[in-house]
Amino acid sequence: MVSIEELKKISSQVRRDIIRMVSGAASGHPGGSMSSTDFLTALYFGGVMKHDPATWTRSGKGQDVFILSAGHLTPVYYSLLARAGYFPVEELSTFRKFGSRLQGHPSIEAGLPGVFQPSGSLGQGLSLAAGVALGKRIDNDGNLTYVLLGDGESEEGQIWEAAMFCAHHKIDNLIAITDWNRQQIDGNVDSVGGLGDLESKWKSFGWEVISCDGHDFGAILSAFGKAKGFTGKGKPVMLLMNTEMGHGVDFMAGTCEWHGKAPSAELADKALAQIEETLGDY
Amino acid sequence: MKKYTDTGKKDTRSGFGEGLYEAAAKNPDVVALTADLIGSVKMGKFAKDFPERFFQCGIAEANMIGTAAGLALTGKTAFASSFAEFVTGRVYDQIRQEVAYGHTNVKIAASHAGITLGEDGATHQTMEDIALMRALPGMVVINPCDFNQTKAATIAAAEYYGPVYLRFGRPSVPNFTPEDQKFEIGKAIIMNEGTDVTIIATGHLVWEALKAAESLEAEGVSAEVIDIATIKPLDREAVIASVSKTGAVVCAEEHNMAGGLGELIAGTLAGSCPAHMEFVNGQDRFGQSGTPSELLTAYGLDAGHIAEAARRAVAKKAKE
Repeated sequence: MVSIEELKKISSQVRRDIIRMVSGAASGHPGGSMSSTDFLTALYFGGVMKHDPATWTRSGKGQDVFILSAGHLTPVYYSLLARAGYFPVEELSTFRKFGSRLQGHPSIEAGLPGVFQPSGSLGQGLSLAAGVALGKRIDNDGNLTYVLLGDGESEEGQIWEAAMFCAHHKIDNLIAITDWNRQQIDGNVDSVGGLGDLESKWKSFGWEVISCDGHDFGAILSAFGKAKGFTGKGKPVMLLMNTEMGHGVDFMAGTCEWHGKAPSAELADKALAQIEETLGDY
Repeated sequence: MKKYTDTGKKDTRSGFGEGLYEAAAKNPDVVALTADLIGSVKMGKFAKDFPERFFQCGIAEANMIGTAAGLALTGKTAFASSFAEFVTGRVYDQIRQEVAYGHTNVKIAASHAGITLGEDGATHQTMEDIALMRALPGMVVINPCDFNQTKAATIAAAEYYGPVYLRFGRPSVPNFTPEDQKFEIGKAIIMNEGTDVTIIATGHLVWEALKAAESLEAEGVSAEVIDIATIKPLDREAVIASVSKTGAVVCAEEHNMAGGLGELIAGTLAGSCPAHMEFVNGQDRFGQSGTPSELLTAYGLDAGHIAEAARRAVAKKAKE
């Protein structure tokens, strides 16, 4: 396991990757990628998730599985996979370009190691994760399934079908995470979709719910530890990560403006000036 | 012509239930899911004997498709079943992303397809499902004609790796294909050889096509009857070979015109051997309540209408 100082270094580099990838592609989704950077860095590098690029297969056998339901978060996802050793870091420069394995939204046809399933059409990943967790249960594979949902994404009805299903079938080898950054394309999630109190909603659906500051590594590691402690006890677990969209760059933070917009070269430079290069740019 | 005997009316969905059970008894990776329709889709015996591999999803079809894909990711062969409308139109996007684009080993088992669902009426009678499933890259589309063939097709679907749409129906219909048949995905079945007209049919209408061929034979018209049990991938060679010989063709299906087998056959022939073609299908309509046989007649899908279409095709050919 790496230290919190090291996690901070990784997350700083990942945020640089995100800015450079979307700027280089002149498209993509930096806002939610930056709000979920810290807890996903902890998941992949903080000794939370059992995964190994060298033995990874799409079936997830013998390892934990991570499902990205909010498929537009490819910038953070690809950066973490590359930095974790699933594919060469240099390949990040091909993001969203013709012929790239780094499709705008995750693709299986592109054959990128570390990617389990396509996503992009929202609201579907929790159902998928439930199926993976049930498969692991049948196989007596004691590993966990993680899934990341967006808060705006949780306006999709299928999320709540899956919420009911997971509790009903006592799927307790599953840890869901919501990036509660409170922004979506058209504005604040409460003004756009009336998302309301996610904590009460998930509790009332029969889930163990943990809330956490999604930008505090100490709190994040402790919350993941708590979540893992809840597994195997008959209930699915939801980790609500309180985050800020666009976190890490002052002019991108806390607004929906950068949900799906790439900064110009000039603004990218301005953003990069605020994020330390720690592991070397690709 | 070749004689087919109805060995006793049975529903094709029961053929699915038996095929699924047999596949599951043989392969421990076969799992099944349904959305509050265990009895209707004939999963009762599976659920009772393989409870650890059976998943009741409640009335939540979208979640069922995603869950099936997740199970498939871990190496399972997942059969997800409901009424055809609710496992196609209702969940098209889930099937597109999680099953087709995801290349997962999921079998969409669609019962109560077509207008012969009967009394429930148009909300439950899909005649658009073949079009939707055909449109998905890589999706295999199977529409067997009777109990025995549905059972064999289900076993074949379980043995095949990849997305399959398996379509069958509610009513009891003649059971006339061999009990011991081996179903080959992608292979057309020549039910009767003929020289004047080719009748291409799928699903419940294969029996109607055979009855039509019998009445045509009495009039001196020799009809070749082809059972297209696999709509995708289509056995192009068999279709082209037959129509090259007869020069006239009728395509009969319990589905609307748009995106159905008829358009597929027309498209196939257009580039290879254009022929006089007639269509027997639901045209561009919704269904309504009624008994299956009343509806087949009212919507022009029964043996009489198929024979009439064959006569038109033969007459057009004669005018050349």
